[in-house]
Amino acid sequence: MNVRLTVNGEPHEAEVWEGESLLFALRERLGLPGSKNACEQGECGSCSVLLDDRLVCSCLVLAVQADGHDVVTVEGLAEDGRLHRVQEAFAATGAVQCGFCTPGFVVAAADLLEHNADPSDDEIREALSGNLCRCTGYAKIFDAVRLAASQ
Amino acid sequence: MTVPAEKLRLGRVGESARRTDAVPKVTGEFAYSSDAYAAGMLWGRTVRSPHAHARIRSIDVSEALAMPGVHAVLTHEDVPGEKRYGLEFRDQPVLAFDRVRYFGEPVVVVAAEHPEQARRAADRVRIEYEPLEPIVDPERATEQEPLHPDRPTMGHGYRDDPRPNVVRSLVIRRGDPDARGDVSVSGVYELGIQDQAFLGPESGLAVPDGEGGVDVYVATQWLHVDRDQVAPCLGLRPEQVRIHLAGVGGAFGGREDLSMQIHGALLALHTNRPVKIVYDRQESFVGHIHRHPAKIWAEHRATRDGKLVCIRVRILLDGGAYASSSTAVTSNAASFACGPYAVENALVESTCVYTNNPPCGAMRGFGAVQSCFAHEAQMDKLAAALRIDPIELRLRNALAPGDSLPTGQRITGTLPVADVIRRCAELPVPEAEELPRDPIRLPGGAGNTTRGEGVRRGVGFAVGFKNIGYSEGFDDYCTARVRLLADGSAEVHCAAAEVGQGVANVILQTARTELDTDDLVLAPATTSSVGSAGSASASRMTWMAAGAVREACRAALAERERTGGEVDVERVYRHPRTTPFDPETGQVTGERAHVAYACAAMRVVAEVDVELGLTRVVWIGTAQDVGRAVNPQAVEGQIEGGTAQGLGLALMEEVQTRGGLITNASFTDYLVPTTLDMPPVESVLVEDPEPDAPYGVKGVGEPPTVVSTAAILSALRDATGRELTRVPVSFDEVVGLD
Repeated sequence: MNVRLTVNGEPHEAEVWEGESLLFALRERLGLPGSKNACEQGECGSCSVLLDDRLVCSCLVLAVQADGHDVVTVEGLAEDGRLHRVQEAFAATGAVQCGFCTPGFVVAAADLLEHNADPSDDEIREALSGNLCRCTGYAKIFDAVRLAASQ
Repeated sequence: MTVPAEKLRLGRVGESARRTDAVPKVTGEFAYSSDAYAAGMLWGRTVRSPHAHARIRSIDVSEALAMPGVHAVLTHEDVPGEKRYGLEFRDQPVLAFDRVRYFGEPVVVVAAEHPEQARRAADRVRIEYEPLEPIVDPERATEQEPLHPDRPTMGHGYRDDPRPNVVRSLVIRRGDPDARGDVSVSGVYELGIQDQAFLGPESGLAVPDGEGGVDVYVATQWLHVDRDQVAPCLGLRPEQVRIHLAGVGGAFGGREDLSMQIHGALLALHTNRPVKIVYDRQESFVGHIHRHPAKIWAEHRATRDGKLVCIRVRILLDGGAYASSSTAVTSNAASFACGPYAVENALVESTCVYTNNPPCGAMRGFGAVQSCFAHEAQMDKLAAALRIDPIELRLRNALAPGDSLPTGQRITGTLPVADVIRRCAELPVPEAEELPRDPIRLPGGAGNTTRGEGVRRGVGFAVGFKNIGYSEGFDDYCTARVRLLADGSAEVHCAAAEVGQGVANVILQTARTELDTDDLVLAPATTSSVGSAGSASASRMTWMAAGAVREACRAALAERERTGGEVDVERVYRHPRTTPFDPETGQVTGERAHVAYACAAMRVVAEVDVELGLTRVVWIGTAQDVGRAVNPQAVEGQIEGGTAQGLGLALMEEVQTRGGLITNASFTDYLVPTTLDMPPVESVLVEDPEPDAPYGVKGVGEPPTVVSTAAILSALRDATGRELTRVPVSFDEVVGLD
C-alpha cells in the first residue's frame, strides 16, 4: 500500500506492507532510524513519536494509520542546527549512557514541557513512567528535564 | 608576538567531560546495530526449539525454502567448519543437531527479502522432535543423566568432580572449618533468574566481502573473542572475519556470548547478500544467557562481642544447558561468599550444574550479587542475635589492606571497607513523610490504592565487594594504537566496546591527558585495525583501556621525539599477573587469584504497605570505593544505574520457567524498574587510588549492583520483621502482618 504522511515537516511517501508498524516504516522505509525498537509492543517507549501532536508508541500504530497525518520524530526536534533544549539538557547532565532509550525519552520529555512548563518532580516521574531506561537509574534523566524546564 | 588562540579544552582524566557520543544519541543519529543497513540486504530469522529437552528426529526445510522471498534455509549441515562454539568451552551447537537442550535453542536460520517473509518461512520449517524429560531441578541434576557426557569443562585445572552435570565445583577451605563461636546463625537464601534486559535487542549486519570472507557489524562486548569463535565455525581464517562494533544498546554481561554473529555470517556467505538479523524482545529473552539463579546455605559463627570466627557456605548455581562463563561465576560466588570481612576459618563450597533451564552466564555483579544477598542477610541476623548495631558489627569485621581473604590472598591494593561503611552511614536519612500524602509517593504509587494506613518504614544497610578484571591466571590484556600525524593531530585505536558505560570517554580523556591536546579522534572499534582490548566486562575496561592508551601515547611521544616524523605505535597493557586456585583447597597458588577488589556500602529507606504487599524504596545513600574517578559524572551514572538493576532483582525481576520453558518473555510480564520505582540515589565517591592501576582507577560498574539487592532486602526486613530469604520478594511475603 502507498502511504503519504508528513514527517518532521516534510512530505513523505512510502510503499508499505499492510502489517508494518509506523516504527518500521520510519526506520526501514523513510531512513529515519532515530525512533528505537526496544520492545515493539508498547511497553518501553523507545519508539515514542508525536502523531498529530499526541505522544504515541510508533510500534503500536500501523504505518497505514499514519496516512495523511503529521509525525514528529526525535530527528525533527532540533531546529536550524540547534539542539532542542531537552536534547541539550540530556547531553549536559549525563542522562545518556547507551542511549537506546534516549530518543523516546527526549520526545516524551519535550512533550511534557510543551504541556507543563514547570513540572514537579512527581509530575516528571509520572509523565516519563512509560519510558524504560536500563542504564541510568533515571536520576540524571530527571536532572535533564528539570534543567530543560528551567530554561 | 602573536597570542595563540585559547585552545578548546575537552576533558582530561578526572573531569566530568561530556560524553563524546551524547549529541548523536540525543538527536537520533547514533547508529545502533539494529539500525545497520546495506543495499540489497536480506533479513534473517532464527527457528528455535519449543522444547527444553528433546531429540531431533528430522528437519524438513523444503516448504520454507519455497516460500516467497526466501533465499536460504540453513541447518547444522550447512555449518562448514566447527559445529560447536562457546565463550570459554566449545559446547554449544551453532545450530542444534541430534538434540536440543534448552527452550529457544537455535535449530534453523532463514533469510528472506522482508522480515515478515522470513518469519512466515520460519514457521514452515518442519522439525520433528522427540521430547525428553528435562532436568529442571538443580538440586537433583547431579543424580540425572549427563547433558554433556563429554564433560567440556573438565581438564582445565578445576577440582575433579565426577558427578554428572557438574560444570564446576570449587571448595575453599581456610583454617579450621569446625571452629565454634559463642553464637551461630544460619539461613538458606534463594535468587531467581535475572535478565540483563538491555534495551537494544540483539542485532547486526553481516556483509560478504566477495572473496570468501565476511564483515559483521554487531553489538558486542569483545570484538576479538567474537571473531575467534565465528571464524572456525565458518571454516575461515581469523583475518577473513572482521568484527566491527555497531552501536550497542546496553550489555550488562548479556552480550559476552554470541547471538546472531555466526548465523548472520552463514546466511550472508550462503546467499552472497548482506543479511541483517534483529531479535524482537521475546527472542531476546530466550536468545541470551541470564544471571544464575542460586540457592545458598550459610552459617556464621561469632564471638559474643561480634568477631566472626567461622563462616560456612554452600552455593548451588543453575548454569542451564551450556557452560558460557559459568566456571568463572562459580569461582566468583565462592570468592565473595564471606563478604568483605576478615575471618580466619571458612569452608565455602560453590557448585554450578547443567540443567535444561535457560543458559546462564555473565550479568553485572557476576556471582558476587548472589553471595552478597546471602552474606548480608546473615550479618543482619548475626547483629540481631548479638544485639549489636548492624553497622557496628560490619565495622568490627571489615577487611582492610594487609588482611587475607578465605582464599589466602592478601589484599595488597586498596580496599577501604571501613571507610565506605562510615561515609555511607554518615549520610543523613530522610525523615518519614507524613500522611496523608500524594498517592504517587505511597507503595503502589499511581495505582491510588490506599491512603497509606498500612505503611511501615524500614532502614537497611549492606556492604559488598567484587574483583576487578579477569582472574585465576587468565592472560588479561588490552591493546591500544596511537598515530601521531604530521599536522599535529592524533588518532587512537582501541577495540574496547563502548556499551554505554563510557569507555570511549575514558580512552579520549586518557589520550588528551597524555598527549596534552584536544586534536585527536577515536577510530571505530574493529578487529581490522588494532589488537584485542579484552572484554567490556568484570569492571575491567576503564582500568585496562586507560592502561593501554596511556602506554601507547607515551610510546608514541617517545618515538616522535626519536624520529621527528609521523608515528604509529601499538602497545599491549597487562595488569598484574594472577594464578589459579589450588583445585583441592581453593587457596591461591601465587600472590593473587584476583587482581584487585572494589567495595561499596549502601543504606536504604523503604516502605511496605503490609495490607497490600506493596513496597516502595524511598531513598538510597551509598559510598563506593572507586579508586580514582576518570569522569565523576559518568561514575555517578554507573552507581545510579547499577543500583537500579539491583533494585529490580530485589523487588520485581525474575525470568520465570515451567518445565524449563520461559513463561514471561516480554516487558509486559518481566518488569524492570521505571521512573516510579527508582528513589533518589545519593552517592559518595571514595577515592583511594589503586597502586597497581593507571591513575589509580578502579572499575565502578558492578559494586552498586552487588550491594543494592542486599541493602533493599535489609530495609524490607526492618520494615516487616520477616526473614525474606528469596528475591525477588513476592507480595505474599510482605503482606498480612499483625
